[in-house]
Amino acid sequence: MKLIILENYSQASEWAAKYIRNRIVQFGPGPGRFFTLGLPTGLPRDHPESYHSFMWNNFFKHIDISPENVHILDGNAPDLQAECDAFEEKIKAAGGIELFVGGIGPDGHIAFNEPGSSLVSRTRVKTLAMDTILANARFFDGDLSKVPTMALTVGVGTVMDAREVMILITGAHKAFALYKAIEDGVNHMWTVSAFQQHPNTVFVCDEDATLELKVKTVKYFKGLMLVHNKLVEPLYSMKEKGAERSQSKKPYSD
Amino acid sequence: MPSNKSVSDAPIVQFTNCRILRDHQLQREDLWVREGKILNPEKLFFDEKGSADVQLDCNDSIIAPGFIDVQINGGFGVDFSLATDDFKSGIDLVSQKILSHGVTSFCPTLVTSPPSVYHQVLPQISVRNGGAHGAGILGAHLEGPFISKEKKGAHPEHCLRTFEAGAFQDLLATYGSLNGVQIVTLAPEMRRSSEVIRELTKRGICVSLGHSVANLSQAEEAVQHGATFITHLFNAMLPFHHRDPGIVGLLTSDKIPAGRRVFYGMISDGIHTNPAALRIAHRAHPKGLVLVTDAIAGMGLAPGRHTLGQQVVEIDGLNTYIAGTKTLSGSVATMDTCVRHFQEATGCSVETALEAASLHPAQLLGIEHKKGTLNYDSDADFLMLNDSLYVQATYIAGEEVWRQDVLGM
Repeated sequence: MKLIILENYSQASEWAAKYIRNRIVQFGPGPGRFFTLGLPTGLPRDHPESYHSFMWNNFFKHIDISPENVHILDGNAPDLQAECDAFEEKIKAAGGIELFVGGIGPDGHIAFNEPGSSLVSRTRVKTLAMDTILANARFFDGDLSKVPTMALTVGVGTVMDAREVMILITGAHKAFALYKAIEDGVNHMWTVSAFQQHPNTVFVCDEDATLELKVKTVKYFKGLMLVHNKLVEPLYSMKEKGAERSQSKKPYSD
Repeated sequence: MPSNKSVSDAPIVQFTNCRILRDHQLQREDLWVREGKILNPEKLFFDEKGSADVQLDCNDSIIAPGFIDVQINGGFGVDFSLATDDFKSGIDLVSQKILSHGVTSFCPTLVTSPPSVYHQVLPQISVRNGGAHGAGILGAHLEGPFISKEKKGAHPEHCLRTFEAGAFQDLLATYGSLNGVQIVTLAPEMRRSSEVIRELTKRGICVSLGHSVANLSQAEEAVQHGATFITHLFNAMLPFHHRDPGIVGLLTSDKIPAGRRVFYGMISDGIHTNPAALRIAHRAHPKGLVLVTDAIAGMGLAPGRHTLGQQVVEIDGLNTYIAGTKTLSGSVATMDTCVRHFQEATGCSVETALEAASLHPAQLLGIEHKKGTLNYDSDADFLMLNDSLYVQATYIAGEEVWRQDVLGM
């Protein structure tokens, strides 16, 4: 794995954004050649407007993506399992997920794969843990009774199939989950730990999130920042054509 | 990209690189328009899977809802209170010219006139949508003749009337018909005004208090019967007195029925009210302030003599007086000048200044669901302004109807 440690939330976000941008540009997407970006469902689909609004306001309205290339799990579908299976098919049809970007819950979950989820699970309906419901209450005016208890989610296995996985972890309240994810064993109680067995994972975090890690781990990865920063500098642009872009191979991989 | 928009095939225009006035703030957002209305891009994206057909770069302009002028007596040589043969072409001329001032909807105003004028002129003022031909007409504003002799201002005394005898029927007989009438200004201290106010309000006509010597309780009673507007605050009414604030006291009255708001017109041309008075009113009741021009025929023309209904008016710079007197009679201000002056005099935010000329008049007339805002599904009447609040372009129903010539003409 690559563990990228930045000073604070803004710097971590910026580094991640630049990395994703470079990945997309270097991939060279075009008609029929999709860069499939996977994202976890941010909010349970019971409030259709909320999640769609969130994605629209924070992502879609700022880019020129065509609406047909946006696939969001529909929590109101008549047959939920069929909806989940169809979603897996759509991923295959698009050529598989090129890069999955996600966060980590305080209980170490990825997407809505709560503790106890199978590490080879696929897209399915999940009942949410109390921790998650409490965390989601802020989207429902703090009213716990309004927070949905079920959600559709991509499985751990689904994310493991992605060619690359990036996990963003910021804040002291996530520190213990990060420790469990990377310094402890692979365990279905901390589903993010599954990525220890993925060939291409990047964890981007801020100083606070490293509070539970061994000093040795943190020093090691901070020492590698010189090399890791080559992934975001130079920053590539879609307008540069041909030679310059293809020349820039990834400097190293661990 | 193939059009698979499920709701309509009409072209969608996306205005980008702009700051739009929405929810009382200037936000960096794009403005989407389809079929003359403001479109919700999120619904378009998710429900229709549609996208823009045309993208227009607005050069970082401010986009605000079009201005609404609810008190304008004429302009460019045209006098709405004069029953001429070419009245219709006169009103067309004014509606076309005021597009360059940022006005997209207006209420042609008639000052106190003999009944014959109303009978001839009113049928020629029809409510109509705006467009390339000019600003939309929301309905007539009848200022008088049921006003006070002591506060007639520039209105001709011999045409003043009362409705003591037949109340509403008298009013109807004077005007001939109330079709297409949006606002009536009257003096509430007149006998039987309560009945008249109730009848007018029942017919959806906005009743405004002005040219009056009413005290605060008379004014409050009028509001309780349905009055919602004050015609050019401070002018043609008793001055504020600390033991009887008069009509001005409505701004902070506690006798306004719940859920209602009293609006008040202000001519912020720097002449009708001292900036300090403008600030006092604004600070006392900011949400009720409605900018009006009260422009007369001489607006847009060189200084000199013009008419205002039955009177002759002399224009000298920005001052307009009844010829030979120092009685103010209307103004030659343009709406965008008023907005700028209001913003400078009060130091208020750009958003507040713009809303005083768009949102507030729309709220006064009860049409804010379709005019006066850039909310989704509203009529796409809007302006592009630069940071100094000079109008660069005017749009009605999503079509550009005026643009500032680059040469500044």
